[in-house]
Amino acid sequence: MAKKAKSTLLNMFLSLTVIAVVAAAVLALISSVTKEPIEASKRAKTENAIKAVLPPFDRLEDQDVNGMKCHLAYKGDDLAAVAVESASENGFGGHLGIMYGFDAATGNITGYSVLEMSETPGLGAKAGQWFQEGAKGCVIGKNPATDNLTVKKDGGDVDAISGSTITSRAFCEALSAAYETFQQIEK
Amino acid sequence: MKATQIIKNGLIKENPTWVLVLGMCPTLATTTSAINGMSMGLATTFVLLMSNIVISLLKSVIPDKVRIPAFIVVIATFVTVVQLVMQAYVPALYETLGLFIPLIVVNCIVLGRAEAFASKNNVWHSLLDGVFMGLGFTWALTLVGMVREILGSGSIFNYKFIGDADGMLLFILPPGGFLCLGLLMALINHIRNGKK
Repeated sequence: MAKKAKSTLLNMFLSLTVIAVVAAAVLALISSVTKEPIEASKRAKTENAIKAVLPPFDRLEDQDVNGMKCHLAYKGDDLAAVAVESASENGFGGHLGIMYGFDAATGNITGYSVLEMSETPGLGAKAGQWFQEGAKGCVIGKNPATDNLTVKKDGGDVDAISGSTITSRAFCEALSAAYETFQQIEK
Repeated sequence: MKATQIIKNGLIKENPTWVLVLGMCPTLATTTSAINGMSMGLATTFVLLMSNIVISLLKSVIPDKVRIPAFIVVIATFVTVVQLVMQAYVPALYETLGLFIPLIVVNCIVLGRAEAFASKNNVWHSLLDGVFMGLGFTWALTLVGMVREILGSGSIFNYKFIGDADGMLLFILPPGGFLCLGLLMALINHIRNGKK
């Protein structure tokens, strides 16, 4: 076996410096190569979510309202619907990020899509399907102004996910926050 | 040491999960489904392979007293490479495994093999050791993932075979992970001991 470098101060200093510099160079290279695709995939994710929560539209306009990202969808020259990226910090796993779509004229909910969550698999994680059209806790087509969109346990009309009242509450909380923001856009 | 012996060590005799019992954190956390377990195993295999090669090449120029920081820098570099590449090209997978990818840095298997094997053996043997320790880890994780997925969601590699019904939720949650891992470990070691 080749002779091992002695642990002198100079050797230690040199070897660690060289390794760290090479590592930094490699990472800089990889990071510059992957930067584009990473941003593209993040964009694609947002775009897919917008398409899922809104009816068909011609063009989008982004706007920051109330610290929430809003996507205004136009059909022709008229504002057709708005997607609001809302969140609640009171999910069972903390942060629960959801995008809601509202019809611009009526304020009816056109759809929602879960962006980020760390809810329990099999329980709270069902939130992605539970409140969709045709499912048990369907909120699609309802209007936060006229319908009482809180869970039944709190006196509302929304069927909570069985075993996951906390997640369902967070869902409703994010929904009403999104609706508030939506109303501010219209003004 | 012979190549076949290294291969056998990694896959069975010194299997990182069943025999060395290293890297239990990712094992329990990522095996909620077979695909997740397998992906985590393969990501770890890549890091093991690359870090074993590099550390084996550098073993004579790294002074003993700073070998651990040097190893960690090498390992962390490859982990970051894996993380960036996954984020760029398989974002869906990155989302489920995301949190655990950076934790490969502190996975005892990777540093363990660097310290116990790569820093004492030649490049060819270290390469073999990296690949087969990694594959040993991968098959263990895939097996645990399969069992948990079958019992917990009633599906296998995302293919659902029990219709609309839910599985036994317990097995997707952490307690089921411990149960599965413990029972499988007992079973595999029983079979292994029987062969002696």
